[in-house]
Amino acid sequence: MPKRKDIKKILVIGSGPIVIGQAAEFDYAGTQACQALKEEGMEVILVNSNPATIMTDTAMADRVYIEPLTAEFVSRIIRQEQPDGLLPTLGGQTGLNLAVELAEQGVLEQEGVELLGTNLSSIQKAEDRELFRALMKEIGEPVPESEIIHTVDEAIEFAESIGYPVIVRPAYTLGGTGGGIADDRESLIEIVSNGLKYSPINQCLIEKSLLGYKEIEYEVMRDSSGNCIVVCNMENIDPVGVHTGDSIVVAPSQTLSDVEYQMLRSASLKIIRSLEIEGGCNVQFALDPNSYQYYVIEVNPRVSRSSALASKATGYPIAKMAAKIAIGYTMDELKNPITGQTYACFEPALDYVVTKIPRWPFDKFTGANRKLGTQMKATGEVMAIGRSLEESLLKAVRSLEIGAYHLELEDVEQITAEELDQRLTAADDERIFLVAEAFRRGYDLDRIHNLTGIDPFFLYKIEGIIKLEQTIKAGRNNDQIILPALLKQAKQFGFTDRKIAELTSSSEEEIKTLRKQWQIIPVFKMVDTCAAEFPAQTPYYYSSYDEENEHESSDKKKIVVLGSGPIRIGQGIEFDYATVHAVWAIKEAGYEAVIINNNPETVSTDFNTSDRLYFEPLYLEDVLHVIEAEQPEGVIVQFGGQTAINLADGLARAGVKILGTDLAHIDAAEDREKFEQLLESLNIDRPPGKTVTSVNEAVKAANDLGYPVLVRPSYVLGGRAMEIVYNEEELLHYMEQAVRVNPQHPVLIDRYLLGTEVEVDAIADGENVLIPGIMEHIERAGVHSGDSIAVYPPQSLSDEMREQLVNMTEKIARSLEIKGLVNIQYVIYHNKVYVLEVNPRSSRTVPFLSKVTGIPMANVATKAVLGVTLPEQGYENGLYPEDRYVSVKVPVFSFAKLRRVDTTLGPEMKSTGEVMGRDRNLAKALYKGLIASGMKIPMLGTMLVTVADKDKEEATSIIRGFYDLGFKLLATEGTAAFLQEKGMHVTRVNKLREGSPNILDVIRTGEAQVVINTLTKGKKPERDGFRIRREAVENEVVCLTSLDTARALLHVLETISFAAEALPDRQSKERKEMAQYV
Amino acid sequence: MERKPARLILENGEVLHGISFGADKDSFGEVVFNTGMTGYQEVLTDPSYCGQIVTMTYPLIGNYGINRDDFESIRPYVHGFVVREFADYPSNWRNSSDLEDFLKKYDIPGIAGVDTRKLTRMIRMHGTLKGIITTSQEADEVLIEKVRQSELMHDQVARVSTMRSYRCPADGPNIVLIDYGSKQGILRELLQRKCDVTVVPYNVTAEEIRRINPDGIMLSNGPGDPKDVPEAVETIRELMGEIPLFGICLGHQLFALASGADTEKMKFGHRGSNHPVKDLADGRVYITSQNHGYSVSEASLAGTELELTHVALNDGTVEGLKHSKYPAFSVQYHPEASPGPEDSGYLFDRFVEMMVKNKGVKQHA
Ligand SMILES: Nc1ncnc2c1ncn2[C@@H]1O[C@H](COP(=O)(O)OP(=O)(O)O)[C@@H](O)[C@H]1O
Ligand SMILES: Nc1ncnc2c1ncn2[C@@H]1O[C@H](COP(=O)(O)OP(=O)(O)O)[C@@H](O)[C@H]1O
Ligand SMILES: [Mg+2]
Ligand SMILES: [Mg+2]
Repeated sequence: MPKRKDIKKILVIGSGPIVIGQAAEFDYAGTQACQALKEEGMEVILVNSNPATIMTDTAMADRVYIEPLTAEFVSRIIRQEQPDGLLPTLGGQTGLNLAVELAEQGVLEQEGVELLGTNLSSIQKAEDRELFRALMKEIGEPVPESEIIHTVDEAIEFAESIGYPVIVRPAYTLGGTGGGIADDRESLIEIVSNGLKYSPINQCLIEKSLLGYKEIEYEVMRDSSGNCIVVCNMENIDPVGVHTGDSIVVAPSQTLSDVEYQMLRSASLKIIRSLEIEGGCNVQFALDPNSYQYYVIEVNPRVSRSSALASKATGYPIAKMAAKIAIGYTMDELKNPITGQTYACFEPALDYVVTKIPRWPFDKFTGANRKLGTQMKATGEVMAIGRSLEESLLKAVRSLEIGAYHLELEDVEQITAEELDQRLTAADDERIFLVAEAFRRGYDLDRIHNLTGIDPFFLYKIEGIIKLEQTIKAGRNNDQIILPALLKQAKQFGFTDRKIAELTSSSEEEIKTLRKQWQIIPVFKMVDTCAAEFPAQTPYYYSSYDEENEHESSDKKKIVVLGSGPIRIGQGIEFDYATVHAVWAIKEAGYEAVIINNNPETVSTDFNTSDRLYFEPLYLEDVLHVIEAEQPEGVIVQFGGQTAINLADGLARAGVKILGTDLAHIDAAEDREKFEQLLESLNIDRPPGKTVTSVNEAVKAANDLGYPVLVRPSYVLGGRAMEIVYNEEELLHYMEQAVRVNPQHPVLIDRYLLGTEVEVDAIADGENVLIPGIMEHIERAGVHSGDSIAVYPPQSLSDEMREQLVNMTEKIARSLEIKGLVNIQYVIYHNKVYVLEVNPRSSRTVPFLSKVTGIPMANVATKAVLGVTLPEQGYENGLYPEDRYVSVKVPVFSFAKLRRVDTTLGPEMKSTGEVMGRDRNLAKALYKGLIASGMKIPMLGTMLVTVADKDKEEATSIIRGFYDLGFKLLATEGTAAFLQEKGMHVTRVNKLREGSPNILDVIRTGEAQVVINTLTKGKKPERDGFRIRREAVENEVVCLTSLDTARALLHVLETISFAAEALPDRQSKERKEMAQYV
Repeated sequence: MERKPARLILENGEVLHGISFGADKDSFGEVVFNTGMTGYQEVLTDPSYCGQIVTMTYPLIGNYGINRDDFESIRPYVHGFVVREFADYPSNWRNSSDLEDFLKKYDIPGIAGVDTRKLTRMIRMHGTLKGIITTSQEADEVLIEKVRQSELMHDQVARVSTMRSYRCPADGPNIVLIDYGSKQGILRELLQRKCDVTVVPYNVTAEEIRRINPDGIMLSNGPGDPKDVPEAVETIRELMGEIPLFGICLGHQLFALASGADTEKMKFGHRGSNHPVKDLADGRVYITSQNHGYSVSEASLAGTELELTHVALNDGTVEGLKHSKYPAFSVQYHPEASPGPEDSGYLFDRFVEMMVKNKGVKQHA
């Protein structure tokens, strides 16, 4: 069937902010879909609240709406735009749920909008556990024994009938939100009461436990004439029980015989047919390792994280094809874009092994519960390709950027035997490393298999790696470091030179020299969907220590761009956004753009983004190999976040040309001392600070600077382990608990300036400096720039202040000879400007600012890097004229997914994503922003207040504001008394220790709609404050931990609602007047 | 254990180095590649590979070992096996022995550590190549010359076909399965449909078949060039129209020859589990399992009584035929799967229906 003629205008719904369980993969899918639809001459309308996405670039669609993804706003867009169809399957769970909502509200029918790809009933059949099970029964596909429940009691009854452990899974939630494994009654009660809250239809599934089964996924596609294919199957190394998003996954499956492979393949096709899906679909199975018995775990009737992975693993662009199928094409009419000559209606054949490892945020959230279960916790993932499983696995490990360059963790040998066994049994983020450690400690394979449930096939491979380590060690003797054959094997196993050097107590350089001498260098092979059966046209490469090199270089000038690796807190999709724009700019400028990255979720690793894609670890050795093969003009490191910046030094030392701001100046910004000297020379202030190497020094320094001070170790970036301390006691506690301080690891102590934080991104060409915009933060300094609401243009800065900021920015940019982007964070304290930090690279705010100012910043910066001056590009020096609209960037958090994480905002970044709100004035923009961020804005209701003494005075006016709007106030003793004094009626509630009903019950029972809670000093979780904040998160109650955010919300409410006020009293006067006449 | 170095030496003068596994002996054959990511046991035991040295494009082979059930014939007929890496520690609940033991047991040499993707690309560009696997010390040049001189075999069908007829009784339609090198899968599918199957040698005569008086004849898959077995073509020609026919793979090619069409050697053939085939009747595309180096030339169909029913989506080659007058049809691919997708099993039902219908017709006559 060819393209449908009756559809001309299509609305595409994006997936909104990045949250755990829904990350960059949907920007990749959405972008591909938009491109595919435009290719077909469709008019594309896009809505997404996430500004940090390529798909929301105005070039991607005919009209782009960055608006909240709520039925209300999207209906408005539908009424305005009158699209013929809506594509719901590319915006993840968010897009799907929203589409369902719109359909059920009848909006689609009213406006004559057709759901494309997959119709409503199919979506419901797949998403609603009850309908889904019914369907599976009907077509004879096995699902685990289970029961749908709507109350806790029902849950208990069923659980005790089939016996614990049982799995609890809420309907219509994402990444397993609210789900879990219950081993006994209490845990069941806890999990279920949670799950019911998270499920939009208050429905949970209680299910027979399949722990220990093999978890296998199939990515399937179907078109309108019923053709079905399997794009890829994947096997989780972690057995069922660990969420696929948190599992280490390999593709294709490794331990399935053809019989099992085809059995599950046929089941997948049967399912997608019965659901009549037109497009892509993900089917998850649990397969008994000891029989043919299998169960269908779930089906996602849409593109997913797994389909993005499958696309990158096979080269088959699922989202693109899904979009074309949605407008009527059948797969046999579509060409396979990789080969250009065969058709999309086939099943990719891999001739390599793909490994995906999730990236977890526990480096940031040291307090979080690291255990892995049925609820996803990873923020991102890396993928690696190799010709052997070992190679693929070790490449993936060093792609993670967790400091590991081998299957080995620092200090792992200190783990006790029993801890090791525990952590092998109950999976956490480091289990794969612990498996290796167990082998090093001489555990035998069976024992590890019994502890972990991991298939012996994979364990044997890991054991092989450990054995090889030992062989290499043993092989070292006086007259030779290592034998050529052994070195070759080590490289084919994916060992780094560094590790081999370690094992042979030689140097990385020596190993490298030996390799060169013995011709042990990697070749580059192509990912071509067809295992070389047909010539491929798309240059998508991976390295391997094999024989034939397929890399074809061209004589055109090339530029290499380094990507930013896995999505993590502090380095999110914003950096991929910039990377992609850099690549496009490079092409525009007439060079070949070569990209190196390892994140399967992103647009930058879409094979048709760059001229050549290298799916490789962003690890110096691997990067250098690509550069040797490509011989580029130079490398651009300023778009790949800290990942790329950190590689600059090594690259430069290897003689690679760094394009843009040069290394010396990057260093001048990154190195604290050099940076201080620089500011001095420019006589620009930074918060007074000291570097200390002992506890005593610290105490002294703090006293000299005066409390509060901000402390952080010098050796980690990204606000990690950064704390504000208010007195000596806290300081000592910090020095003992949080850091190890010594001359190698100094600690930085800064005076904490409680001022307005301002962020500026600028573009320079070495001499001219363009400042697209200044952003003012709602929250005061002390709340990480990534976690505070940024406002453009600034609302409270005087023109003089703007002046000053512009001048300083120009000065800094010029003295650092910035070529490209620079990001500067300032704090304005008592009308004086201080510089907090300078990042000589693209920043988190670049996409937002690009969108609100209309300046394609990454593009302009790249051209500047390539030598086109700003004037030549048509830009003048100084601050770009400000928009008359107000735009806000609101952070989005994933606290619901991360148990035991404190939600208080502080100098450590915690948000995973962002949304944008734009409107005529601040209040409206904020309103949109807050709504888009998922906040259920309470127009009226009850507010629970517990503020630290230090904040009480300041809090008064804010709380009074809510009070005047008619909010009922609840507070604990101290705060209550205080507020009453200020003349507000307050109902007192019990503190925790005062026994229930206490403050937590108030939240749990939904009595309060808003909580204002400011941090009482100390971070120890058992504190009431922490429990209150967590309770609020678990119960989806708005919880404001910064008075500034509270003030902003108040501002919004004041402008959209009315206060009830009595008339001023005139009566007495009137009475007098009347008296005269009586 | 230190393994012997081995070489795969090709007629185009290329020499690929690796290590020896399986049997330690020299072996000559036509080198072909299979793109299936699973199913090596079925491939190794598919008689259609008789005389060939097979390389798997997937780099890890032997992962799930060898089990008792997944044989497609009683023994492997490949002349050699080329892999990137073989698993010496397979893992699967059905696994009863590993790949290397299996090859040793049947005296088949293997070579591992070869850049199989390089080899595949070579075959893609030059077409299938004659080659030899060796662990000897002989000089490359000598062996290259030897390879060039040596002749590919022409009697594979005789080697793999059953010697004597045998019967698998059941109460369904009575079928004669002519074994040109039949995969177990075909028998399995027929038995699943309650067919009463008599398996007969490739050189059975029309007379012998008439004596059995079957409701239908199944022409099996098999190795090599259909033109190497003219006697088979003869038998089919005689029985066409008289008894319903269903041909698979080589059986399909023989049916075509018997109907006056012609076959030709392909550059490197179709071998794998991911080959899309279009059913011209309804436009539906099926992902099929394939293994053939020859195909029916479409041009040669003109003037015959054959209708083209299926084509390969990618290269347009003939994948299915049916006779315009007689109850007879055939496909180039493997509806019995094993290895590969099970999408086309319905063809066996079609065959059974055809026989039933035909019977009905006969009775009324
Ligand atoms: N019956 C079960 N027993 C044990 N673990 C299960 C069971 N069902 C699902 N799981 C685990 O929970 C994870 C999440 O379940 P899933 O239905 O896929 O939810 P989500 O929609 O979050 O992907 C799965 O990846 C699997 O590892
Ligand atoms: N001296 C200071 N006074 C007040 N707030 C500060 C100070 N130094 C840092 N901060 C706060 O900490 C946050 C993170 O500090 P920063 O140096 O930007 O680290 P990162 O590298 O994580 O961005 C800043 O956004 C700011 O809110
Ligand atoms: Mg899932
Ligand atoms: Mg910062």
